[in-house]
Amino acid sequence: MRTFRISIIGFGAVGQGVARSIVSKQEYLKKQGIDLQVVGISDSKGCEINEKGIDIETALLRKKQKGSVALGSIKGVDIIRNIEHDIVVEVTPTNINNGEPGLGNMRNAFGSGKHVVTSNKGPLALHFSELKEMAEDNGLFFRYEATVGGAVPIFNLIHESLAGNTVLGIEGILNGTCNYILTRMSDERMPYELVLKEAQELGFAEADPTYDVEGIDSAIKLVIIANSVFSQAATYKDVNVTGINKITPEALELANKNDYVVKLVCEALDGKLTVAPRLVPKRHPLAVGGTLNVASILTDLAGRITISGKGAGSIETASSILSDILFIVRNSKS
Amino acid sequence: MIVSMTLELNDIPGQLVLALSPISEFHGNIMSVIHQHDEKTPRGTIPVQIRFEIDHQVLNKLIERLEKSGVKVARVGEERLRATVSVILIGHIVHSDMGDTIDKIDSTGFAEVVDMSLSMPGIDKTSSSYLVINAVGEKELGTALDIMRDVANKKDLLMIEPIHMNSVGA
Repeated sequence: MRTFRISIIGFGAVGQGVARSIVSKQEYLKKQGIDLQVVGISDSKGCEINEKGIDIETALLRKKQKGSVALGSIKGVDIIRNIEHDIVVEVTPTNINNGEPGLGNMRNAFGSGKHVVTSNKGPLALHFSELKEMAEDNGLFFRYEATVGGAVPIFNLIHESLAGNTVLGIEGILNGTCNYILTRMSDERMPYELVLKEAQELGFAEADPTYDVEGIDSAIKLVIIANSVFSQAATYKDVNVTGINKITPEALELANKNDYVVKLVCEALDGKLTVAPRLVPKRHPLAVGGTLNVASILTDLAGRITISGKGAGSIETASSILSDILFIVRNSKS
Repeated sequence: MIVSMTLELNDIPGQLVLALSPISEFHGNIMSVIHQHDEKTPRGTIPVQIRFEIDHQVLNKLIERLEKSGVKVARVGEERLRATVSVILIGHIVHSDMGDTIDKIDSTGFAEVVDMSLSMPGIDKTSSSYLVINAVGEKELGTALDIMRDVANKKDLLMIEPIHMNSVGA
C-alpha cells in the first residue's frame, strides 16, 4: 500500500466534492494499493489538521452544519508550508485580478516540494509559464485538468492520449451558463433577459452574470488552453471577446430555419484566440445543448477529435481532480 | 475564382507543358486536366480541358500569354459564385442603411448577397437578419467577410459568423 498525503485548500463546492469522492472511492483505491490521506483542509475561516488523516465525513458534516470546516485558525498557506504532505489540492475561488490566494498557495506548494492539482483558473490565466517552470525546476507535477471543461478531460486527452500529434486548432463551448441560456432562448423562443433570470433562479447563473455572459470565463479558459497546448504565453488581453448579451430570439430562429444553432464558441486557431457567438451547423459535433461543454481538437494525425460532457458541478469537477491526483500517484517516484 | 478552359494544342511534343506552366506562373491551382490525344479537332489540334482556381485579376493576362505561346484558347468558362457563407447580423439593421450594407458586398464584383431574411419584432427593438454571401472563390469569400466585419463594426451591428475550423477540414 502506497500512502499519499493530501491537503485540500479551499472547501467550497469543488473542495467538498473532492473530499466526497475520496471517501466514496476508498475501496477502489485500496484495490489499486493506494491510500489517500487528507492531512489538512482549509476554508476562508480556518482549518482542520490531522497528520494521521482527517475523518472526512465529520469534516463534511461540520462544514454543512457550521458553514466552516475550521477547528483552528491556521491559514491554508501555513498548511502548505508547514505540514508534511505530498499533494496540494488548490481549489480556492478564481480571482482573475491578481490570482490570489491561489497564486501564493501554488508558489508555496512548489517552493516546499509539493505537487499541485487545481481547478483554480486565476493563477493559470495570469502566471501559467512561471508556475509551470517552478514545478519543473523542482521536479514536481502541476495538474490542472479541472480548470477547463469541468469533467471533460481536455488536457489529458491532448497531452497523453494524443501525444505525438500536432494540434492545429481547438474550438469548443466552455461555459455551461451561456450554453444553457442560448439553448433555452432557441428552444422556447424566450428573450435573453427572461432566460437569464430563469438560469439565476435555477442556480446556473450567478447573481452578477457578467463574468459568464460577456465571455470572460470562456476567454480565461481559452488562455489556459493556449498556454498549455500551444505554449503561447497568452493573457486575457490577447483574446478577442464578444459575449451573448446582444443575441435576440429572432436571430436564433433565423439560424434554426437555416439548420444552424448559435453557440458561444472559444477558438484557438492560427495563433489567434477568439470567443464569439458562432453559427454551428445543427448536426456538427459542437452543437451540444443545455449546460454541456464540448471541445473539438483538430490534429495532424488523428484528424478531428471531439469530446463533450458536464462542464461544472461539484462531483464532476472532482472527477478531473481525482484523475490528476491518481496521475501523480502513478507517476511519482516517492 | 474557378475557371474551366478548353485549349487546343498542336500535335507535337511539349505542348501540354507549354499550356500548363503559365497557369502555375500566375499562381493558379490546377484542379483537373483532361487530355484526349486520340480525339483531334477538324483543325488537327488536340483539345485539352483544364479546370483551375486563379485570382480573377490575372485571368486576362494568362489568356494573352497562352495565345502568344501558340496555345489556342477555344473556350473560357468561369464558374461564378462558387463559395458561400451564411452570417447573422443583429442591431439596427434597417436604420443603418441595409441597402448600403448589401451594396458594400455587391460592389466588389467578386461577391454578392444572394439571400436575406429579416426579422423586426418591434419599432424600438433590435432587428436580426440572416444573409447568404456567395463569392467566386474561397479567397474572395474571405475578403467579402472582412468587408462585412468592417461594416458591422462601423454600424455597431453584432455579426455572427460560422465556426472557422469547419472549413479547415476534418
